[in-house]
Amino acid sequence: MPNLLEIFSYGFMFRALIMGLLLAISSALIGTSLVLRKNSMIGDGLSHVAFGAFAVATVLQVAPLEFALPIVVAASILILRVSQQKRIQNDAMIAIISASALALGTFAISITQGVNTDINNYLFGSILSITSLDLIIGGVLLVLVMGLYIWAHHRIFALTFDENFARSTGVKVQFYDIIFAIICSVIVVLGMRLLGALLISSLIIFPTVSAMQVCKTYNKVVLVSVVLSVLNFIVGLYLSFYFKAPTGASIVLSNLVTLILLSLAGRSK
Amino acid sequence: MKNFVQPTSPALLSIEQLTLGYGDNTVVKNLNFTLYEGDFLCIVGANGSGKSTLVKAILGLIRPQKGHIKYLGGLKRNFIGYLPQFGVSTQFFPASVGEIVLSGALNSLGWKPFYGASQKNRAKQAMKYLKIDHLATANFGNLSGGQRQKVLLARGLCATSKLLILDEPSNSLDFRSKTALYQLLKKLNQEQGLTIILVTHDLDSDSLIGNKILALDHARPFFGNLVDFLQQNGVSHA
Repeated sequence: MPNLLEIFSYGFMFRALIMGLLLAISSALIGTSLVLRKNSMIGDGLSHVAFGAFAVATVLQVAPLEFALPIVVAASILILRVSQQKRIQNDAMIAIISASALALGTFAISITQGVNTDINNYLFGSILSITSLDLIIGGVLLVLVMGLYIWAHHRIFALTFDENFARSTGVKVQFYDIIFAIICSVIVVLGMRLLGALLISSLIIFPTVSAMQVCKTYNKVVLVSVVLSVLNFIVGLYLSFYFKAPTGASIVLSNLVTLILLSLAGRSK
Repeated sequence: MKNFVQPTSPALLSIEQLTLGYGDNTVVKNLNFTLYEGDFLCIVGANGSGKSTLVKAILGLIRPQKGHIKYLGGLKRNFIGYLPQFGVSTQFFPASVGEIVLSGALNSLGWKPFYGASQKNRAKQAMKYLKIDHLATANFGNLSGGQRQKVLLARGLCATSKLLILDEPSNSLDFRSKTALYQLLKKLNQEQGLTIILVTHDLDSDSLIGNKILALDHARPFFGNLVDFLQQNGVSHA
C-alpha cells in the first residue's frame, strides 16, 4: 500500500493535492451559505454551463479556462437576476440554463469535424489537466474567500439565517448574492478539471450537509464542514490513486460514507 | 383619515401620502399617520390589505410608489427592531440562541469584522430581560414556538432602543404562548418606553393591545385611538 509521501512525490498528484485543498476549503465555506439558503443547486447548474463553455472553447480552439470563466460568471448572475425578479422560479431557471448549455456544448462538438476531444475529461474530470494557471487562480480564490469570511462572517450568518432581518439592519444582501455567485462560478470552473461537471457540485453540498448531522451551531457547522471537505478530498485522492479510479468519483464516495456515518452518529445522540 | 395628535411625546415616525404596491398593483394608497415615542400601534387588516407591505416599507425593504416615510427623534432606519413572520426554514437552521440574538447587533457593527463587548453585553441583557439567558447555547430548532419567538424578540431588542416592529408574531403560537408574548410586549412598552408596531390579522380583543390602531382593510384606512375603534366596531376591550 503506497504511503501519502510517495503518492504526492509525483508532480501531477502534488498539483492535484494543492488544487484540491484550495477548492475544498473555498467550497466548504461558500457551501454553508448556499445549502442553508436552499441555493445549493446553483453549483450543479453552473457545472453544466461550464461543460458547455469548455466544449465550445475546444471547438473554437481557444484556451478553455479563460473562455469558460467569464461565461459561467455571467450565467450565475443571470440566474440570480431572473430569480430575484421572480419572472421564472429559481430551480426552473437553473434547469433551463444548465440544459441549454449542455445541449449547446454537445451540439458544437458533434457537428465539428476533426476535433479530437475526450468528453469524459469534462464530465468526470482529469487530474492530469491541472495547470499552473489553475493553481494561481485557486490560490487567489482561497485568499479572497477566506478574507470575505473573516471580515463578513457575522453579516453572512445574519443573511443566511434571515434575509429580511439582515436587510433591515443594513446588510447589502444583493451584493453578497453576486459575490457568492462569482465565487461559486470560479469554484465550478476550476473544480471541473478535478471532479468533472457531473460531480463538482458535491464539493459544495456534501461537507455542509455532513457537518449539520452532528453540529447544532452555525460556527461549528462552518468549521467542521471545512475540516470534512479537506479530509474527504485527501482520502478520495488517495483512494483514486490506489484503486486507479476516477478522482471525482472517489472523492464523492468518501463524502457519501462520511455523511452516512455522521448521520448515524447524529441520530444516536 | 383622522390624524392622531399626542403633544406630550416627540414624534418618531411620520408617514405622509404613502402609496405602496408591486408593479401595477397598489395595495396601500395615500396613507398618513404619525407615531410618537411610547406609542403602541396595532396594524390590522385582512390578507392582502398591505400590512406586511407597509412594514417592509418602514424597514426600507421596498420603495414607496409615492409619498414619504420620515424617521424622527433620532430614529434611524437600520436601527429598528424587527420580528418577521415566522419562517419554517429557520426551524431547522443549525444556530444557537446566542448566535441569533447577537446578530441583532449587526446594525452597530459598522465596518468592523467582529462584535465588541458592548454588542455582546446588549445581547446578554436582552436574553436576561426575556428570561432566555439559560438557553444561550441551546439549538434554535429544538425550542418550542413560544421560545423561538422570544429569541427573535431578543434579537429585535438587540437591534433597537426606540422602535420594535412585529409582523404577525402569534401566527404559530398556541393561546398560552400568545398571551405570554403579548404581556411581554405590554411590559416592554410600559417599562422600557419602547415604541411598538404590532401587525395582526386577529380582530378579537385579546389580540388588539396598545393605544393606537391602523385598520387597513377599510375602504378608507382608519388611524386613531384603539378604544374608539373598538367601541365603533362593538368589541369590548379587555
